[in-house]
Parts: sequence; structure tokens; C-alpha cells
Amino acid sequence: MTPLFDPQLPADALLPLLVLASSLLPGLVVFFLGEARVGTRTALNLGGAFLKLGLVGWMILGVYHGQRYELRMPLLDDLDLVLRVGALSLLFLVLSAGLWLVTTVYAVGYLEQSPHRSRFFGFFSLCVTATVGVAMAGNLLTFLLFFEMLTLTTYPLVVHRGTEAARRAGVVYLTHTVLAGALLLAGTVWLYTLTGTLAFAPRGFVSEVASEHPAALTAIFALLIGGVGVKAALVPLHGWLPQAMVAPAPVSALLHAVAVVKAGAFGVVLIVYDVFGIEQAAALGVTGPLALVAAVTIVYGSLRALFQDDLKRRLAFSTVSQVSYIVLGVAIVGPLASVGGIVHLVHQGVMKITLFFCAGNLAETLGIHKVSEMNGVGRRMPWTMGAFTLAALGMIGVPPIAGFISKWYLSLGALEAGVHWPLYVLIASSLLNAAYFLPILHAAWMREPSGPWAEAAARASAQAGDGGGRPRPETRWLLLLPPLVTAALSVLIGLFASMPVSPLEWSLLIVEREFHYP
Amino acid sequence: MPLDPSGPGLAGPAWMLAVVFLPLAGALLCFLLPRLAAPVGLVAAALTAASTLALTLAVMADGTARTQLGGWAAPLGILWRADGLSVALLAMTAAVGVTVSLYATAYFRNDEHERTFFWPLWLLLWTALNALFVSADLFNLYVTLELLGFAAASLTALGGSAAALTGAIRYLLVSVLGSLSYLLGVALIYHGCGTVDLALVAACVPDAPRPAMQVAAGAMIAGLLLKTALFPFHFWLPPAHGSAPAPVSAVLSALVVKASFYLVLRLWVDVLGGGGRWVAELLGVLGAAAVLWGSVLALRQERLKLLIAYSTVAQVGYLFIAFPLAVAGGAVAWTGALYLALAHGLAKAAMFLSAGNLLRFGGHDRIAELDSAVHRLPLTLTAFALAGVSIMGLPPSGGFIGKWLLLEAAFEQERFGLVAVILLGGVLAAAYVFKVVGHAFTPAARERRIRAVPPGMEWSALLLAAAAIVLGLTLPLISPLLQLGPASAASAVTLAAGGGA
Amino acid sequence: MTQPVFWALVGMALVVLALYALIVHAHLLRKVLALNVMSSGVFLVFIGLARRTPGEDVPMAADPVPQAMVLTGIVVAVAATGLALALIVRLRVLTGRTTLGDDTGD
Repeated sequence: MTPLFDPQLPADALLPLLVLASSLLPGLVVFFLGEARVGTRTALNLGGAFLKLGLVGWMILGVYHGQRYELRMPLLDDLDLVLRVGALSLLFLVLSAGLWLVTTVYAVGYLEQSPHRSRFFGFFSLCVTATVGVAMAGNLLTFLLFFEMLTLTTYPLVVHRGTEAARRAGVVYLTHTVLAGALLLAGTVWLYTLTGTLAFAPRGFVSEVASEHPAALTAIFALLIGGVGVKAALVPLHGWLPQAMVAPAPVSALLHAVAVVKAGAFGVVLIVYDVFGIEQAAALGVTGPLALVAAVTIVYGSLRALFQDDLKRRLAFSTVSQVSYIVLGVAIVGPLASVGGIVHLVHQGVMKITLFFCAGNLAETLGIHKVSEMNGVGRRMPWTMGAFTLAALGMIGVPPIAGFISKWYLSLGALEAGVHWPLYVLIASSLLNAAYFLPILHAAWMREPSGPWAEAAARASAQAGDGGGRPRPETRWLLLLPPLVTAALSVLIGLFASMPVSPLEWSLLIVEREFHYP
Repeated sequence: MPLDPSGPGLAGPAWMLAVVFLPLAGALLCFLLPRLAAPVGLVAAALTAASTLALTLAVMADGTARTQLGGWAAPLGILWRADGLSVALLAMTAAVGVTVSLYATAYFRNDEHERTFFWPLWLLLWTALNALFVSADLFNLYVTLELLGFAAASLTALGGSAAALTGAIRYLLVSVLGSLSYLLGVALIYHGCGTVDLALVAACVPDAPRPAMQVAAGAMIAGLLLKTALFPFHFWLPPAHGSAPAPVSAVLSALVVKASFYLVLRLWVDVLGGGGRWVAELLGVLGAAAVLWGSVLALRQERLKLLIAYSTVAQVGYLFIAFPLAVAGGAVAWTGALYLALAHGLAKAAMFLSAGNLLRFGGHDRIAELDSAVHRLPLTLTAFALAGVSIMGLPPSGGFIGKWLLLEAAFEQERFGLVAVILLGGVLAAAYVFKVVGHAFTPAARERRIRAVPPGMEWSALLLAAAAIVLGLTLPLISPLLQLGPASAASAVTLAAGGGA
Repeated sequence: MTQPVFWALVGMALVVLALYALIVHAHLLRKVLALNVMSSGVFLVFIGLARRTPGEDVPMAADPVPQAMVLTGIVVAVAATGLALALIVRLRVLTGRTTLGDDTGD
């Protein structure tokens, strides 16, 4: 009989487990805390977040020097649950651990006074646990486990507000993700019956059976991509994402930048590189359709974003578009395009989380939910809008902000692969990005303040008398700090893209070390 | 003659006697001492569970345990046998049994009438279940089957309402009809083989006159399907399971249905040596229909307990989807079905116990108005949700492992229709589980509290649900018990024949 | 037609008859009676077909084992009847009905 755990666990194998536990245990404890115990809860959340970041930092050092961390536990007869940390998983780990910390700070500020905070932070931590589990999955079975856990733990966050709209969004979210889970499960089991293994490998693990079952493998690829594509919001599977906007701002930030959407995109990367292998996928002829889907998604998302007046919905459609950059980078087939796609995992996360923090600040401080209400808001909240502006410019692709690096490498990759149409997609998308972001910036900075919030502010200042009080911060510090940090980060990772452990250099390392281009 | 001198371990047979006679003694004591029913019953339950654990360990260490009651050998005497399959079901029964007993002490605390009848009947039911799982001859199985039916019908009637009585009567009629159909098969087999010992019958079936054996097998399996509530024989289950008190519903749905399924499986694998291809296909079609029909009806229910009961109809369907897959050559499918049976036992008991808590708290189980109760009982809701995870078949629960193995077999044989049914059943299960769980997140309209729910009731539901999840991580431990197939039957035949000669 | 086959056929006829009665009659007492007739039929088949030496066509060698089993079966049937009657009486007292009504649920 196989023992459940290997009795001689080396310390290195425990690290992945600790990374999981650093958010799992605080999350479980938080459920049992009373609503009033803000201090304990915040200490647990932040303690866990810092611990996780520290552990991940420690592993960066190890992985940089060639160390691999792995932990396995038998689940099925020939199939283990495997947690392993390599360069690629670490990239996603750093992203989720770092942004979890920032988002926790933001959420503590955002949810002051609101009910059900213990429940919220409990599921928040579980959601992050699932995300780091996805990042560290060493085979498709483990990936499936954490992917489903992500579905279940995000649902309570989406419906957190408890309104009728939230309930409906929850139903839409579940319908999409549960069906996707069924597709993913089907693809996984089918693949297992063909290959007899599910362990992620540098050049995939299907090449031995590829010649016998090309049709089945193509179907499996479609099932798997369909399964992760819902979370990655690939058109036409994206329907849940704009609906899920009813969730509180920190949740939207987490959903869009770190957890759900990103787990889907990360899944696409894993399936193409570590399950099928890029060569094999290209040989099967499945990367072409995937690139097409990505291109359609990029353009469609941008077009829809153009016509949304609701700020969060505009950002949501922008996410639909931007996340497919990652998919496009993968599907172009070429080392430089891969670098562009992989690095966009991080870049899009940092920029998009900034935008959502800012949208949350506007809603929380001034009650602004619509783009048409944003006239002159730059004067009232200069710091928030400053961060928003940096992130939006980054999304458009203005150098030297992070988004530019992604687009640059994607374009280079397309040229290197000898195809030109992705360039047109990128250009069209950048123009559309500009078309839906620049009017916001223009209105916020150039126009006179108008709308209900401006009138209220005018009345307030008339009552207080001119220059009556000390200058107040534009909003609570806990809400202001996170977007400033992430906005600064999106500039810094663009400026210092050639530093040793920048996301770009790390993506180059991943592509060089793990993807094995011929 | 001492207990089975040929066996390698003497511990197994003794524990086998204990798991049957301890609950029987407990039932009699509870009946004689109605005032002490709860403490006596709890002690009996704990002892039974402990000896089940001991038996499980003995069988895992030494292999199949056997004993001959009264020392009479096989053709005339009564043989008891506990192999891996029996032990797995015994252990699941003990896990559910001991938790339900804990729950029942709190549930019936203030109801003297129900308490005095619950304990003896419940322990009698446990006796019948355990006896059924260790019996190794067709007639003894008939007797245990009837005992089980009587105890279950009486428990169904425990609430005393008109609905409970109607449910109980219908259940009793169906149960007796099923048993008689089974007995008819036994009569025909006795005609062909002159014995009712499972191993000896298995050895004689290939040479016996075929038409008689076919009719016999058909009558037995049809009777058992009726008792297992396989579509379209499920009509009696929802009213019976939906109207009984919570601990009774839990036991009925989790355990009693499994007993007749176990018997179908035992006959199919060990006695009939695999059965016919077309019968298996028919069972598979019925199972698939049950999965879809049961799930859709569960989704349409307005009362929580009926929803859970229809979910049982659907989950029973999964067990029969394994038959066509196993016939075409896959022990994997059997392991999958058994895993689903075990996981369903734990999860469904947890669901009914949670429903009992909500019913106790709010005074009703109308799903649309559950929000006030759901908000105040987070542990109960967690139990329901975790049990739901296993019912939906999401990793890493026991239900996931079972579904995975079934899917594996289905894909290997390229039975894409069955694949679709298995997956669709999971999606529908998610729909009906979230129909309930979703209420936790809508703001409560107004709070009406009928009775407080003791923490013991909340924790026992949670314990079972957690067990259903943990079951998914223990396949390496359990799978040696679940190896079904011709090999185990063959070895049983040679051993039993040797003992009987 | 040999004697065992004759008894078995009579038994089977009783079973079929009783099954028909069980399904068509709504009154619970009739349903209970039908089950009793059915069990008699099953017992008749059991006793009628019982032979000590399977496969050989000898008439009715006395075989005590099935008789013991049928005795047990009769006891079980009596218990079932008793339980069913008790439940039916209780239902009658509570509701005045002696049928199951139409609350099957699907």
C-alpha cells in the first residue's frame, strides 16, 4: 500500500504546501471571527499575505539558481496530486501573491463598515489559495482541482452584495463556469485514457500518441481550451465577465487581474506548452484557430468597450480584449511572441488592477459609476486619476509603461514567425484602446466639473467657507495607496524591463528554459 | 466446532459476529428500557462502529473473513463472509450510523414518543444492514432484506403524520413485492442447483438449465431494482424519504438503498459471473435515464427534502451506468460505481441532516423561503455545500473519484453518450445544489426562529460532509477493498467448496 | 406434465394474479391480501420445484431444506401483514382513508 505522504519530506517540498497554507489557514480562521474583530482579521489577512510574498520571494532565488520545488500525493491509482514550482509557475505566483497583498489592503479600506466582512475575507483568502494552487499545479489533474476550487470560492464573492442583480450575476457566472468545468473534466479524462499520464512536461506529453489519434487530440484540445476559455473570457464564452461587475471593487480587481481571468489565460498557456507542446499543437493545426479566436476577442472586446457608459463595464470589456493578448502571444508560435504573451500575464494584471482600484475609489468617494459623470473629476481626485491615467496609457501601449513592452514583443514575435496579420490586430486594438480611454482622460482633466457629485462638493465648500479647513486627502488612505503603488509598479516594470528579475527578463528565462523551442 | 479453523486470522470472524449481534442486542435493550433508549443506543452504536473498524482492519490485513454459524458447513449451514466489498459498505454504514446516532440524541431530545421508537428500530435496521453485508447465502439474504424493509418502513412512519404513514405503507408494499420477486428467483435457483450458498450456486450456474437461471436472475434483479429505486421504479422513494424525520431520511437514502444495490452487484459479479451484455445495456440506459430525470425533477422541487430525495434517484442512476461499462471489460467501472456509492452515502446523509437543521430552525423546508434560516446556520450551510461538492463530483471529493473512474471507462470504450450523461448529471447537480446554497447570500427577509438547533446537530452534519470530501483523498487506501471481478469470485468458490466438502 | 412442473405453474399463476390485483386495487386491504396470495404462490413454486438432486427428473423426493425456508418465509409474510395492517389502521384513524391517494409526486 502506498503511504499517503512520503515520510521523508525535504524542506524544499514543503515550500509549495506552505504557500498554499499561508492563505488557506488564515481564510479558515477568519470565517469563525466575529464581525467586530477587525484587528485580528486584518492582522491574519496581512500576515498571511506578507508570509506568502516572503515564501515566493525565497523560491524566486531558488528557481533562479535552477532549484525545482515539488510535492506529490497519490490520488488515483497512477495519478498523483502534484505541486511543483518552476519558472513559469513562479511568474504567476509572484503576480498573485503581490497583488493579493495590495488588494487585501484595498479591501480592508473599501469594506469598512459593510456587513459580512468575515465571510468576504474568508472566501477572498480561499480564492487566492485556489489561484496559487493553479499556479503550482504539476499536472492537469491538480490544475483541474484548483480550477474548480476557484469557481466555487469566487461565487460567494460575486454575489457578495446580495442584491437581485448580484444573484443574477451569480447564476450567469455559475452557468458558465460549471459547464466549462464539465468540458475541462471531459478533456482531461479523455486525454488520460489516451496517454496514461497527465504530468506537465516541457514539450507536452501527447507526441507519442499524436500520430494515432489526431482527431481525438484535436477534440481534446477544443474541450480543454473551451474549459479554460470561459474563465479567460474568450469570445463567445465571455458572457459572464461584464455581468460579474456587480461585485464589490476589490473583487472585480481580483477577478480581472489575478484570479479568475488570469487563471484561465494561464490555463491556455499550460495547455499549449506543457500539455500539447507548442510544436505538437502547431502540427495538429490547432494554433491557427486559437490565434483567430484570440484576434476576434481582442477586437470584439475593444469595440464593445467603446460603447459602454458604465465605467466598470467598459473596463470589463477592456479585460476581455487585453487578456487575449496572452492567448494571441501563445498562438502565434514563436519564442518572442511567447515572451510577449507571458509577460502580459503580469503587465495586464498590474495595470488592470490599478484601473479597478481607481474605479472603486470614484464610486466609493463620489458615487461615480458612469463615464459620463467623470467630467472634471481629475481636479477633485488628482492622485486617483493620476494613477488611472498612467494605467490607461499603459493599456494603450504608450512607452515606457508596461503595456508597451508586451505589445512590442508581440509585434516582434509576429514578424519573427513571418505572419503579418497580428500586427494589424494589435494596431487596431491599440487605436480602439485609445478611443475608449482617451475620452475618459480628456473628460477627467480638461472638462469643468459637473454632475451630482460636483454640486454636492460646491455646496459643501460654500457651507464651510472658502479655505475654511485643512486640506483633506481626496479619499481614505487605504483606498489611495494601493492604486498608487500598482500604477508606480506598471511604470517601473516597463522602465526597468531589462533588469535581472523583471517580468520581461523572467519571461525570457521561462521561454528559454521551459518551452524548448526547436 | 470452533469458528472457522481454516482462516488465517481468528479475529475477523469474531468481529463479524460482533457487528451483527451488538446492534441487535442494543435494539432489544432499547426496546426493554425505553427510558434509557438514547444512552444505551449511543453505546451500542459506538461499539458497533468500533467492531466494524476492527473487522475492516482484520480483513485488510488477513483477507476475506468467514464463519459458519453453529458450525454447520456450507450446503446445509449458514455461511457468513466479509470480503473487501462487504467491509467497504460496512465501514460506510458505521460512519454514517455513528454520526446519525449522535445527531439523533439531540434531534429526539424533546420528543419522548419518537425517541423510544427510533432507537430500537434504528439499531434493528443497522443489524439488518450488517447482516445483509456479511450473509453469503441467497436465503439468508432474503431474510435480511425483509428485516431491512420492515425496520425502514416502521422508521418512515415514525413521524406519525398522514404523509409519513402513506409513505411508509407504500414503501412497505414495494419492499415486500421486491423481496417476493427476489424469493421467486431463489426458488428457481434452488430448483436448478439444490443449494443457496453463493459460492456453490456460482459454481453450478454455468451447468444449470439456462431458461430457469435466466428467469431466476431476472426476477431477483427486478425485485432488487424496485428496492433500489432505479428509474422507473423510483416512484415510492421521494414521498418516503421526504416525509420521514431527518435522521431517518438520512439513513434511508444513504444506506438502505445501497443495501439492495450491493446485492445486485454481488449477484451480478459473484453469482451470475458477469451477466448478459443486453441486460447490462438495459441497466445502463435505465441508469442514464435516472440521472437525467432525477436531476431535472430535483431541480424543480420546491421543498428541500424532496429535492434531496430526487437527487438520490439521480445518484442511484450513476451506479447502474457502471454495468455496461464493466461488462465490456473494466474493473475500473466497478471501482468507480462503488466509490460513488460510498461517497453518496456520506454526502447524502450529510445533506439530509443539514435539511433537518434548517427545518428545525425555520419550521419549514420551502426552498424559496430558506434565507432566514440559512443565514443563521453557517455550519449547516457549509455541510450542505460540502456534501454538494461531492454530489456534483468536483475534486477532490469522493464523488469526483467515482465519476472520474466511470468517465475513464466510458472514454476507453468510446461511449460518448454515457460520457455526456455523466457530465450533464454533474452540471444539473450543481444547479440544484446552488439553488439552495444561493440563498445564503441574499439578504434575509425576516427572521423567524422556531427552535434552536443544538451544535451537535450542526457538527454531525458537517462531519459527514467533510468525510465525503476526505474520501476522495483516500483511494490508495481503499482501492484494494474494491477490486471486483471474476478473480475474487473464483477464489471464493474454491475456498468455500473446499470448506464444504 | 410432471407433478413439480404442475405445482410450479400453479404457483406462477398465483403470483401473476396477485401482481395484477396489487396494481389495480386501490384499497389497501386488498393490496395486502394480494401480497399474501403472491407469497403463497412463491412458496408453492419453491416447494414444488425443490429437489435434492438437481438435473434428474425424479418426482418429489422429500427435501427438508426448502420446507424450512418456506416456513421462515411464512413467518416473514405474517410479520409483513401485521405491520401493514397496523399502519393501515393508523392511517384510517388519522384520515379516514384506506387508499394511498394520489400524492406520488411525479
